[in-house]
Amino acid sequence: MTVIKKMGPEISRRGFLAGTSGISFAIAFGASGASLVSPASAAATPKDFSAWVSIGADNKIVIKTPGAEMGQGSMTGVPLALAEELDADWSKVRLEWTPSEVGTYGYRIGKNKSMAIVGSRAVMYYYNDVRMAGAQVRRVLLDAAAAKWKVPVAELTTGPNVVIHAKSNRKMTYGQVAAFAKVPAKLPKVSKDDLKKPSQFRLIGNTKMQRYDLPSKVNGTAQFALDVHLPGMVYATTVHGPVVNASPVSWNHAKVAAMKDIIGTVKLPKGVAIVGRTFESVMAARSQLDVKWKDGKSRNFDSEAQLENDYPKVAADPKAKKTKVYAVGDAAKALTSGAKKFRDEYRSDFAYHAQMEPLNAVARFSRDGQSVEIWDGTQAPSRCREGVAKALGFKVEQVTHHQCFMGGGFGRRSLADYAAEAALVAKAAKRPVKLVWTREEDVAFGMFRPQTYQCIEAATDTSGKVVGWEHCVVGDGKNLATGGMDIKTYYQIPNRLGELRGVSHGIRLKHWRAVAHPFNIFAIESTVDQMAKAAGMDPIEFRLKNMSPSPKIAKVLEMVRDMSDWGKKRPEGRAIGVWISERSGSLAAGVAEISLDRNTGKIRVHKTWLAVDGGTVVLPDGARANIESGIIWGLSSMLSERITMKKGVVEQSNFHDYQLLRMSDVPEEMNIQFVKTNRKPTGLGEIGNPWIGGAIANAFFSMTGKRLTHLPFTPDRVLAALKA
Amino acid sequence: MVSFTLNGKSVSVEADGNTPLLWVLRDHLNLTGTKYGCGAGLCGACTVHVNGQAVKACQTEASSVQGAKVTTIEGLSAKGNHPLQKAWIAEQVPQCGYCQSGQIMKAAELLAKNKKPSREQIVAHMDGNICRCGTYNRIISAIQRASKGA
Repeated sequence: MTVIKKMGPEISRRGFLAGTSGISFAIAFGASGASLVSPASAAATPKDFSAWVSIGADNKIVIKTPGAEMGQGSMTGVPLALAEELDADWSKVRLEWTPSEVGTYGYRIGKNKSMAIVGSRAVMYYYNDVRMAGAQVRRVLLDAAAAKWKVPVAELTTGPNVVIHAKSNRKMTYGQVAAFAKVPAKLPKVSKDDLKKPSQFRLIGNTKMQRYDLPSKVNGTAQFALDVHLPGMVYATTVHGPVVNASPVSWNHAKVAAMKDIIGTVKLPKGVAIVGRTFESVMAARSQLDVKWKDGKSRNFDSEAQLENDYPKVAADPKAKKTKVYAVGDAAKALTSGAKKFRDEYRSDFAYHAQMEPLNAVARFSRDGQSVEIWDGTQAPSRCREGVAKALGFKVEQVTHHQCFMGGGFGRRSLADYAAEAALVAKAAKRPVKLVWTREEDVAFGMFRPQTYQCIEAATDTSGKVVGWEHCVVGDGKNLATGGMDIKTYYQIPNRLGELRGVSHGIRLKHWRAVAHPFNIFAIESTVDQMAKAAGMDPIEFRLKNMSPSPKIAKVLEMVRDMSDWGKKRPEGRAIGVWISERSGSLAAGVAEISLDRNTGKIRVHKTWLAVDGGTVVLPDGARANIESGIIWGLSSMLSERITMKKGVVEQSNFHDYQLLRMSDVPEEMNIQFVKTNRKPTGLGEIGNPWIGGAIANAFFSMTGKRLTHLPFTPDRVLAALKA
Repeated sequence: MVSFTLNGKSVSVEADGNTPLLWVLRDHLNLTGTKYGCGAGLCGACTVHVNGQAVKACQTEASSVQGAKVTTIEGLSAKGNHPLQKAWIAEQVPQCGYCQSGQIMKAAELLAKNKKPSREQIVAHMDGNICRCGTYNRIISAIQRASKGA
């Protein structure tokens, strides 16, 4: 039978000047922006400056992509922006993963570099730099063609993969130029003025552009880490303590090791790994493994009791540890002197990433044991290398990372604790290892979005305008609980204060799609909604008149009012609600139309409308898909997803008790419109989910006159709210 | 030893009869398009056809496919050009892509039985397959497109 060869971006480390039949360009992102690297500098340090763009004499172009791909589309979007300025023929472009070298391929963030594809950053952070790089590569080709034809470079233009001298009616393909061109010692300078005008874009903003990775994702050839197979490779799975962060003391090694095809067991800092010749043997052994654990700090943690009883006490305790998140004007004074005051509290539960590909990695040591290769689909290749190096006592340089597609990331795959485990097991087993966490392990040893209790107080002046605002969040995980608290980009209330009252439970927490924005924006807008009701005003009108909205948020609110035909009467049994969304520099406003089964407490969303300001939209259909994904993600989490812990043990284990939205529950219609603007791109991967819960609550209120205050809105909570 | 027909070719595998078909396909036969998602028959990422019927490979013992015809995503069409695969590209369905082999195999079972399914029939048929990226509406559009022969 045929063995399928995996396709997709190749793991390639072509050296800077590799190959004679073409031209390769190294690019460095310096403090002042992106620039080509001179041949001399590149040759001096070939490892740091491997080729970012290569043009072959065959007229084919290879562009490296740093956009770790978990479905969001930025592996396509980032090189597409480079190809636009290079004036490349996209059908002749092949993409390869960049090596995991942060110094060369990382985006600039302040004074640092990062390859972490988190916070919807990829297109937003690479956009300007890769465009400049593309323009400079194009200029090298133009200069070479001008010299060859002995004409002034100013007389040359380009079309897709072709240099044109209109005056003499001559053309050369990029491949023909690449056959003789050299990267000059003195590099041509390009400035922002050399970039295309948006009206000249062929690729950026083109609604017909498709994602590069999709053909490999409909025929089974896309390479996920779980699909990596190495000669002599064995299989492993890990069991972690039932109480989070427990460490293993002893286990029935002899019994397990005697089982068929089992090679042995390995002690890990937080678990025990079983190694075997087949995955089925490892799974059979897993069911027989009996470990004694030394429990961690969280052994008495009861999540529901804490959230219900203890968090409000922390909020009310004047001695509780406070961290100021933002402070403008004098909120306390504005609240005391306000004409009308409002106060309410909200809660949100722990949530799990539930990425479809369970966590896994493949590790292989070199023969001398002095270096290790890791195959891991990761959002953060450099953090993967660092984590593996730390676990092994290696230097980062001793760890090579091979990127793979991710079967979902959502923030979980920016920390490669499982890859570090794979490396430790491979070291002990003295052979290549594929380590796979089971789904149950993925849940039990999950890294969750923290649960929170929130209290918001607000005051209006005599004219009804909101003048004072205080937001207190109680939760573990610092910025994992406070992200999205600050309202400054959309409501410019003159006196406002945001504070965290920290708690610490010793459990594992992690960034989750849009981090803390979903529950914070839910609390913020719930309060706004109550004030609108008290003022007897339409919720959109209230936001526009009394919330000091920024022009950007006002624009999307007005857009969604039109899109949804806001004033129109809805069918019997339906109601609509409105909410705003904010994340990663983008703003949005959405409307949802719901129905309610009053007997079961089940809410259904039938239609959604979302107006989004995300700056320049590079890959429109991909961006739309990403936002649709965010809406479904938000809907799923806000209607049903919850993690609870008793005595430090996670109570859920798989998709029967951690229920994700299925096809029968999706809205029949999801309408999305982008604000047309030439501003640089902002993040779109997480703008889709923060708003939907609130829009549901708003619609629920207009239908029933009752408030939903605890995320998610499970049927039992909905029924309780109806009775309240 | 288990023998069956895989994507039109005879194969024999040295695996215990109670080994889930999922690991037989992925690890013993190196056909990794079929995915492991939950191991409990809850998500459908491992959906393959046994004698034309969509089954969850994680819940199917190898011994049960002895002599049967097994089709995986790799064998759905010769060149990845099954109407559903083409429709999946036209509608730009996959995001992370991990569940999509299972989604396509499940949808292929439907179209083999019902050439023009209604939206309700599509939803009822596909409801056992989870997509965490939430591509459900595009899956529906792609199945409708394929059913129209477009």
